Amino acid sequence: MRREIHFRLNGEAVSAQVAPHENLVEVLQENFGLYGARESCGQGMCGCCTVLVDGRAVSGCLYLGSLVEGTEVLTVENNAEPDAVQQAFVEASAFQCGFCTPGFVLMTRQLLEEHPDPDADTIKHYLSGNLCRCAAYPEIIEAVKLAARKRRKS
Amino acid sequence: MKRAAQSTETPQVGRSVPRLESWLKVTGRAEYVHNLRLPGMLYGKIFRSTVAHGRIKRIDVSAARRLAGVHSVVTGEDVRKLIAEPYYGPAFHDQPILALDKVRYVGEPVAVVLASDPHVAEEAVHLITAEYEELPAVYDEVEAMTSKAIVHDVLKPAGTFPDLKHMKGRTNTNIALDFHLRRGKAPEAMKTAARVFEHRFRTQQVMHTPLEPLVSVAESTDSSLTIHTASQSPSFVRSEIARLLGWPENRVRVRVPFLGGGFGAKLYIKLEALVSVLSLLTKRPVKVSLTMEEQFFTITKHASTFRIKSGVTRDGRIVARECEVWWNGGAYADIGPRVTQKSGFTAPGPYDIEHVAIDSYALYTNLPPAGALRGFGIPQLVWAYESHTDMMARELGIDPVEFRRRNLLRDGRPQATGTVMRDAAIEKVLERLQALMEWRAPMDHGSGTVRKGRGIAIGFKACVSPTTSLAMVNVNADGSCIVYCSTADMGQGSDTAMAQIAGEVLNMAAESVMVVHSDTDVTPYDMATLGSRSLFHMGNAVKLAAEDALKKLNLLRNELQLPAEAPIPEVFRKKYGMQAGNVVGTGSYIPSYKSPDANGLTDNATPFWMVGGSGAEVEVDTETGRVQVRRLVNVADVGTPINPKIVETQLSGAAIMQLGFTLFEKMHFDARGQLRNASFAEYKIPGLLDIPEAMTNEAVVAEQKTGPYGAKGVGETGTFGVSPAIANAIHDAVGVRLTSLPLTAESIWEKLK
Repeated sequence: MRREIHFRLNGEAVSAQVAPHENLVEVLQENFGLYGARESCGQGMCGCCTVLVDGRAVSGCLYLGSLVEGTEVLTVENNAEPDAVQQAFVEASAFQCGFCTPGFVLMTRQLLEEHPDPDADTIKHYLSGNLCRCAAYPEIIEAVKLAARKRRKS
Repeated sequence: MKRAAQSTETPQVGRSVPRLESWLKVTGRAEYVHNLRLPGMLYGKIFRSTVAHGRIKRIDVSAARRLAGVHSVVTGEDVRKLIAEPYYGPAFHDQPILALDKVRYVGEPVAVVLASDPHVAEEAVHLITAEYEELPAVYDEVEAMTSKAIVHDVLKPAGTFPDLKHMKGRTNTNIALDFHLRRGKAPEAMKTAARVFEHRFRTQQVMHTPLEPLVSVAESTDSSLTIHTASQSPSFVRSEIARLLGWPENRVRVRVPFLGGGFGAKLYIKLEALVSVLSLLTKRPVKVSLTMEEQFFTITKHASTFRIKSGVTRDGRIVARECEVWWNGGAYADIGPRVTQKSGFTAPGPYDIEHVAIDSYALYTNLPPAGALRGFGIPQLVWAYESHTDMMARELGIDPVEFRRRNLLRDGRPQATGTVMRDAAIEKVLERLQALMEWRAPMDHGSGTVRKGRGIAIGFKACVSPTTSLAMVNVNADGSCIVYCSTADMGQGSDTAMAQIAGEVLNMAAESVMVVHSDTDVTPYDMATLGSRSLFHMGNAVKLAAEDALKKLNLLRNELQLPAEAPIPEVFRKKYGMQAGNVVGTGSYIPSYKSPDANGLTDNATPFWMVGGSGAEVEVDTETGRVQVRRLVNVADVGTPINPKIVETQLSGAAIMQLGFTLFEKMHFDARGQLRNASFAEYKIPGLLDIPEAMTNEAVVAEQKTGPYGAKGVGETGTFGVSPAIANAIHDAVGVRLTSLPLTAESIWEKLK
């Protein structure tokens, strides 16, 4: 049932034995001990399971693990040193329980690639697929703006 | 957050220290039970009832047992072999670990499949069948008062908590608890009042939906049990599991890392008794993690009905008030009885009313159980009494702020219970709300199909009492400091606040203080992380423990003839000849309390009051009924903030959560008690596009004199006024008065037609 797949994970060539029904979150947790992407709603509605596959954000709870064969996968654990987005989330106090935060961080990076200087409306629409039950939304908008300023400076 | 400068500002307290665990959270490395996997662990998946009320005739698990990869299948009868009376609960011992004899709601756990692969366990669950003899069911809380459908044959009070000791076992009733308060002579005063107003309000059943769904893991030996659980109440879990097993508490260890949200869902026993039994039966570690869908069948917020009646004088003074509140507790009482009593006694609102009568009923129905959700019943009450207040003010032709001001409950005056108000900045909150809303300036009410309106509301809450917190503060030989406390950090920032308090006493940077997470083998007793109690109770305990450690350090300095300013490492080096030893300070805190008498009266109902008010500006589309909240202002009395930024995010987050409960969240049931929308695809919670265009959050300058450095709790306060403020603003905009939550476009449009 299981088959071996090969892909690049956070910059390193890796392989894993994957069952056909396993989703990407399970593959990352079971095989690589990466827990930053986590299943919450199980329907792709909340964004807690966000993972970047070939540079595009996907819902890891709906994305079959075997589909990452030959791709470049990035998770929140990718960078050893916190980047501008993570620094901005800390400085703006843009989380409470932290369960949704990795998804917001990854989605914000993608947002800033496309919109280096986003206004509040752009931020709200771009991140509307990420939910935060603690509702740190006003702080998240501030954090995204702050991250944009930090990235432009550096 | 806007805030006047405090003269009491000190180096650690009053500083917006970023959460201590910030880097762990933004890098995805924070520890949650969700992440835990143990060697040899089995996963449990739950088979649930499909009927709302019925006797179990037969459960057939044979096909499930035969599926390859299934370890075992466990039913209520298997549980009974291990525990003769497998019923738990904080108020009543009414909830079976797995259904026994009867099922009482659709979704109740009936059996569990265990397997090393969770997908195998899930597949096997679909192979289980059960037959029930269906019984008449009751869903409505008011009907439950007189219904012939009786949810529990006998009521079994738990007697665990001192404030719930008066409950009695009864038969042939769905009333778990009835609370009555009589102050003055309300019926007579009502007769002499110039005007009498009576209204009825409803709230809907909703769910907390923490994004980390409920999850517990147990591992066991023959004589010991360790439970890793996403729990807000580790000390209660330990004592309740020990009681169920007949074991001493020192054989049950409960560990809690960070919680991915709680909001009251993760209190008391949820999955802990189940995983404990499963681990003891299989001699393997067992994990049960719910899906988002399953959370809706586990714990919810009470739906409620509130009849409120007020007698008012010609000059707008409320002289009498009658409150009758029915709380829909679902099939198991959970903490509903405390909601009924503790929230019940504030049902007349923050007003100075001479004659008050309150009747508050906790009812069993055949719906998923209801418990605490960010406010312990207070948002349901404020919704009703502040809509009622607004309706009266408008009927009387008095400005809504002015009408409230005339009737406000001021410090030094007795509340309905007779307890005299102290350190409750009700008046200040109303004044700041009026100023921030620019209430005196004229308001543009719009024209054409877009109409604008504004509304305000103000509510208050008594902190649950009496409850206990203990803490230890350890100073190491190198001068570093560790705080041991069982408060669960579920995002509210308690670790950071406790570090700030200990750091303030010991003159250390909060960032350098380590806070050990709940582990009942290590951290001392704490009642629970609930009801905005921790900052006050645990904060006081940590402060006492740190002061005790400081006293012991100073005694050492004295004994060693060192000057008072001698650095800590030097003290230990001189005492022990090397970097060795430590000093442990302890602190325990329990406030005084007096139980209510036969009339529900007491002169000491609570250690502190929380006050919160909201103001809303809305736009209503008269063609569709759509409401948009343009501006939301939240003002609160939080005492003196320990961490102003975290206080602001708590107020803001609570208000946005309540916005969801106000405008769209609702659990929809069909006529047979089946929930129709148990997923995020069908149950919408607030997202970025739902937040108000402008939000202001303000803590008024205040001090809770009995709190640590003048502070008190804040986790729930932002929820109080949101729902009625928006309803009042909708009325101001289009003249439509809604009396049921949520305030949907459809319900407005129906009334606009």
